[in-house]
Amino acid sequence: MIKFRLERSPAAVWSKALIPVVAVLVTFIITSIFIILAGANPFAAYYNFIIVPLSTKFSALEVLVKATPLIFTGIAVTFAFAAGYYNIGAEGQLYAGAVAAAWVGATFTNLPPIAVVPLMLVLGFLGGVLWALIPALLKVKLKVDEVVTTLLMNSIIMYIISALLNGPWRDPETGWPKSPEFFEAARFIQLIPRSRLHLGFVIALVVVIIVYLIIKRTPLGLQMRAVGASKAGAQFAGINVNRTMLIAALVSGGIAGLAGVSEIAGIHYHLISELSGGYGYTGIIVATLGGLNPIGATIAALFIGLIDTGAQTVSRVLGVPVYLGDVVQSTLLLITLGMLLFQNYRIKRI
Amino acid sequence: MLAVEMKHIYKTFGPVKANQDVNFELEQGEIHALLGENGAGKTTLMRILYGLYKADSGEIFINGEKVNIHSPKEAIAAGVGMVTQHFTLVPTLTVAENIVLGYSNQLVISQKDIETNVQQASEKYGIPVDPSALVRNLSVGERQRVEILKALYRNARILIMDEPTAVLVPQEVDALFEALVRLVKSGLSVIFISHKLIEVMAVCDRITVLRDGKVANTVKKAATTQVELAKMMVGRETFGVQRQNPRSASQPVYELTGISLEGKHGRKVLDQVSFNVGVGEILGIAGVSGNGQGELTEVLTGLVKPTEGSIKIDGRDITNFDPGAISNAGIGRTPQDRHEGTIGDLTVAENLALEHISSYTNKGMLDRKKIQEDAAEIIHEFQIKASPGDQLRKLSGGNMQKVVLARALSRKPRVLIASQPTRGLDVGATEYVRKRLLEERDRGTAVVLLSEDLDEVLALSDRIAVIYEGSIRGIIPAAEATPEKLGLLMAGAA
Repeated sequence: MIKFRLERSPAAVWSKALIPVVAVLVTFIITSIFIILAGANPFAAYYNFIIVPLSTKFSALEVLVKATPLIFTGIAVTFAFAAGYYNIGAEGQLYAGAVAAAWVGATFTNLPPIAVVPLMLVLGFLGGVLWALIPALLKVKLKVDEVVTTLLMNSIIMYIISALLNGPWRDPETGWPKSPEFFEAARFIQLIPRSRLHLGFVIALVVVIIVYLIIKRTPLGLQMRAVGASKAGAQFAGINVNRTMLIAALVSGGIAGLAGVSEIAGIHYHLISELSGGYGYTGIIVATLGGLNPIGATIAALFIGLIDTGAQTVSRVLGVPVYLGDVVQSTLLLITLGMLLFQNYRIKRI
Repeated sequence: MLAVEMKHIYKTFGPVKANQDVNFELEQGEIHALLGENGAGKTTLMRILYGLYKADSGEIFINGEKVNIHSPKEAIAAGVGMVTQHFTLVPTLTVAENIVLGYSNQLVISQKDIETNVQQASEKYGIPVDPSALVRNLSVGERQRVEILKALYRNARILIMDEPTAVLVPQEVDALFEALVRLVKSGLSVIFISHKLIEVMAVCDRITVLRDGKVANTVKKAATTQVELAKMMVGRETFGVQRQNPRSASQPVYELTGISLEGKHGRKVLDQVSFNVGVGEILGIAGVSGNGQGELTEVLTGLVKPTEGSIKIDGRDITNFDPGAISNAGIGRTPQDRHEGTIGDLTVAENLALEHISSYTNKGMLDRKKIQEDAAEIIHEFQIKASPGDQLRKLSGGNMQKVVLARALSRKPRVLIASQPTRGLDVGATEYVRKRLLEERDRGTAVVLLSEDLDEVLALSDRIAVIYEGSIRGIIPAAEATPEKLGLLMAGAA
């Protein structure tokens, strides 16, 4: 019988750049099978997936709209993962930020935009921090696995939102479970007339730059990367591992909270329980595809925004299920993770 | 007839000759000790017998028949059982389940039947266990009994015990010895791997001493003494050749007083450790591995806080300082495992800067230029074959160790804690590191050298402290360190 084993052997640097390209190609080949099963031509499908959305101004801007929350959540996850804190709770932290924004946007009716928007961002950030606080404290004080606790917190916030929307915030006239409408000053400005692209996209890019600088250029960032790569090594060098993880966890929650602010103030103008649709979880995909690099995560978010937009086109034009977009995303993630293995290992026949 | 006969066994691992022409005989119904320092080849020889390693050449006979053992399964079939230091039990299963695990051909296992079987075996061999207890609730001594019963349940007639007392408290040791003596009377033959002279003399019939992969001698207990065994175990030709001119006693810089540490199950892994090191002095801590050097290193480098005692530098108490504060107090530290004390994914420059981040901070941002410049300087000074931007994990062991050493020395420390500084290095890198340590001593640094390599301790130290079972058995000037003296101390006899 032929046996194989994995051997540690770092790959050349140039191959790292090749990983996304090869991953996309392999994903194309694998998902083609599903597209054929759905009764469509894979080349036509990919033309609609990737080329069509970029060929008109309206749909190209829509890609940016779809990418905006993913940039936030992708950066949030990147920030925590970089320090070795596995925050799976960006979804819940996003909603916590949205709750704060929903309150500000419907309460301070007398404030001008220049005051209310920063207030909303600050409180939204703090909402995310608050929602990240309990699992983070459990992690550093009692070593409770954050993967479990951050995930559970996601369910808890959904019940709180359900209680809010069916209780105090229920629309008194229609009875719909949605929060009171934002007044005009609290709504993010549109960047381009007659498109949905809003201020949130710009804020997202600013966050990308700030996070990039923190991770790569500040003492905190170096400490975070050290803790993320080796807790034992970081501890030996005198870094306060728990403090570093705590900061990473809380800032990560805050950034995810901003995703909630951006979605509610930029798109919906009121809180509904379907605000996110899994942006927090997709953020994990985005962060991983981006190689835990803020710039990489941004590119990954844009790519997934494109696939999301394209999936609707494919579905409309070729009559295949819109879920093919999810299949493409998930396949891409699995292929990329598999390929990341080959950065440090290679298969050897024994 | 001999229970086991191993003839002309050779085994090499790369350049290391672990066993060279080893002949070993185990008689029926005897307890035979394999005695030797770390790396003498005891465990390798027994792993060959148990089928975990394959000898390069040599023959093995069991009960007079030539055997070819390729796996533990075949060893078990030939009647050989092995109990290692690290138990191979499943904590979430019961004692009975663990004992029959992999040794039952039934499709459905009746809890009651296996518990009855194990109970019967327990009574038959006189090894008390509770068949229905969960292994995770058992003490170390109880787990060891389960391991022994597991081997006997598989009809082992030859039992290999690899340093069985290393993890036990004294009462458990006594109980183990009683059980072994009883089992031997009923026909079992036991190979007892140890480095503790007292135990060997207490329980064994014959003793084979291994040194540097070769048999030094096989003797009857009645015909030897602890002193003679110690000499056989430690004796070497290079003894004391490289020794430095000893320094006269000077002002103590670094002082440990009554340091104790409790490990798992309340066992004291460090017991009242006290020593001091003066200006320009190297204090070597010698000892067989597993006697507390690892724990002592963790305490000295700040990774673990001692349960009792105090540590002082220049009279200033630093006992409960964390690693960063210890470093800032003027203590350079090298980790016992260079992979655990560094961060392979970061660059060489980042690793060098990590311990002193605050001095590389400028207006809240990292001073990347200074990090690169200092790294380039250190790399040049320590002749490290790497550039500042290289990932640390891509460096060879020797260069990585130089990075570790450079990081500890770059701030001109008052005290240097050097733990296993040359483990796994080639000759050239070893020479370099040792030369550096001597230069530090000449510069006036107080050096604590923790090493399992006795040659290294002998070559570099001004004084030698011997650690045995977590306590310092004696501190002797290097000039007075004879093989007998050190051997007796290291084996717990003096």
